[in-house]
Amino acid sequence: MSDKLESNPQNPTRRKFLSTTGSTAAATLIAAYVPLPANASEEAGVTEASGPTIEGAVPITLRINGKDRQLRVDPRTTLLDCIRESLLLTGTKKGCDHGQCGACTVHVNGRRVVSCLSLALMHDGEEITSIEGLGTPDAMHPMQAAFLACDGYQCGYCTSGQIMSAVALLKEPCGPDDASVKENMSGNICRCGAYPNIVAAIQQARKHA
Amino acid sequence: MHSFEFTRPENAIAAIAVAKQAKTAQQGADIRFVAGGTTLIDLMKLEVETPARLLDINRLPFDKIEQLPDGGLKIGATVRNSDLANHARVQRDYSVLSQAILAGASAQLRNMATTAGNLLQRTRCMYFRDTAMSCNKREPGTGCPAITGSNRSLAILGTSDKCIATNPSDMCVAMAALEAVVHVEGPTGVRTIAFGDFHLLPGSTPQRETVLEPGDLITHVTLPPPRSGSRQVYLKLRDRASYEFALASAAVVMNLSGGTISFVRVALGGVGTKPWRSPEAEAVLTGKPANAGNFRQAAEAALRNAKPQSENKFKIELAKRCLAHALQTAANG
Repeated sequence: MSDKLESNPQNPTRRKFLSTTGSTAAATLIAAYVPLPANASEEAGVTEASGPTIEGAVPITLRINGKDRQLRVDPRTTLLDCIRESLLLTGTKKGCDHGQCGACTVHVNGRRVVSCLSLALMHDGEEITSIEGLGTPDAMHPMQAAFLACDGYQCGYCTSGQIMSAVALLKEPCGPDDASVKENMSGNICRCGAYPNIVAAIQQARKHA
Repeated sequence: MHSFEFTRPENAIAAIAVAKQAKTAQQGADIRFVAGGTTLIDLMKLEVETPARLLDINRLPFDKIEQLPDGGLKIGATVRNSDLANHARVQRDYSVLSQAILAGASAQLRNMATTAGNLLQRTRCMYFRDTAMSCNKREPGTGCPAITGSNRSLAILGTSDKCIATNPSDMCVAMAALEAVVHVEGPTGVRTIAFGDFHLLPGSTPQRETVLEPGDLITHVTLPPPRSGSRQVYLKLRDRASYEFALASAAVVMNLSGGTISFVRVALGGVGTKPWRSPEAEAVLTGKPANAGNFRQAAEAALRNAKPQSENKFKIELAKRCLAHALQTAANG
């Protein structure tokens, strides 16, 4: 989503800053996975993984945001870690890593799931959508636009999970009132407590859906 | 997480042929089936579960809900909890099941969790989930620190001096009240297990949670034909309004004839070491007028054998009021 910003040296992003200052830690983390070329997420079509061989790694094809991506993953790799560390799509966040916070919510075959409690291998050939597949800064999904208009966040860490959950909710059975929205969004925790504005954003997007 | 080998068996026979090599069955076993993964992957991260092999059964043909010739319902092992809760026939004829599932977990988890996985859902007891602590369920013979420790959320029915862990499932409480049947395919063929016989009390072997044997694969659950005119209620009481396990819950299926209870099934959740059907409450109610006095009598009967722990005596009265309220709600229609 912020590719343009990141490529502009006049406009350093938090991610670029962290990835420079934290390069030692990042290298340690990424070594656990088979990394793709840094620009892999830009390439169209099938991307073949390169990098060191990991003992026991298994080949899979993930169809993420409309593109087939071929990877080799350690069987232990969760869908969340695969999306963030192998596919370098860091819009999906790791909160609790135990299915209790909803920050890692993505869509699998159009349904919302917590990607931390699923193995990447279990999704071979399935259709995955992450926040990067929803819209762009120039062409936002109506739910993204509603979160912006209603100020549905503070720190922003839970926001991609909130939005992915809210987009899925549009297609699920859910009563029209705020209480129904709250019940159906209870799997997404916001520690800043931006809940009133999140509910307002979802209701606004539902009205226009 | 420990390393494991991941395979996707072509069919049930192939899955069973591998799984029967396990030393124990399912929960805690070295060879495990995985479907939704919402319990198993979580516990593998905590290294509470350390299987050497995972068999992915998501693509086996167990994902359908089908009408049975007798009017009952067949629910496949890998039907997602959300699909089951939102199924038109379930909502119409077995609404207690729909209510129970929708009262549990979150929308995301219900999209992942499956029928069979929910049957095998493991306890949330914090001592079980923490490998730094002793736990007779996780490591038989090491002791149960929960009995003298933090036990506010733990069980008051069906406990032993070895384990007081609560069964956390909502779905199973409704299935107990609906008298579901669990269908299993194993190394020696197919068999059926009455719901009340499926889960085991902890006794002296809390590591053994069900009657499943190595290689046994749950293929589906069946529900008996619905009882015409039955009133069904699932009431769940918890610390938060949503996305929290029960402190006490009650599933009620009731038929009234005039003002008299002609048929009733009662099960409790959040208080038992297994999904807790209460024949004692049913005996008090059957043939009696549907009134507050009898509902309270039934609740007293259901909790008569309750044994509180140091921090959860409140659950006895909470469960009684929960059941009495659920019965009253059902009677009010």
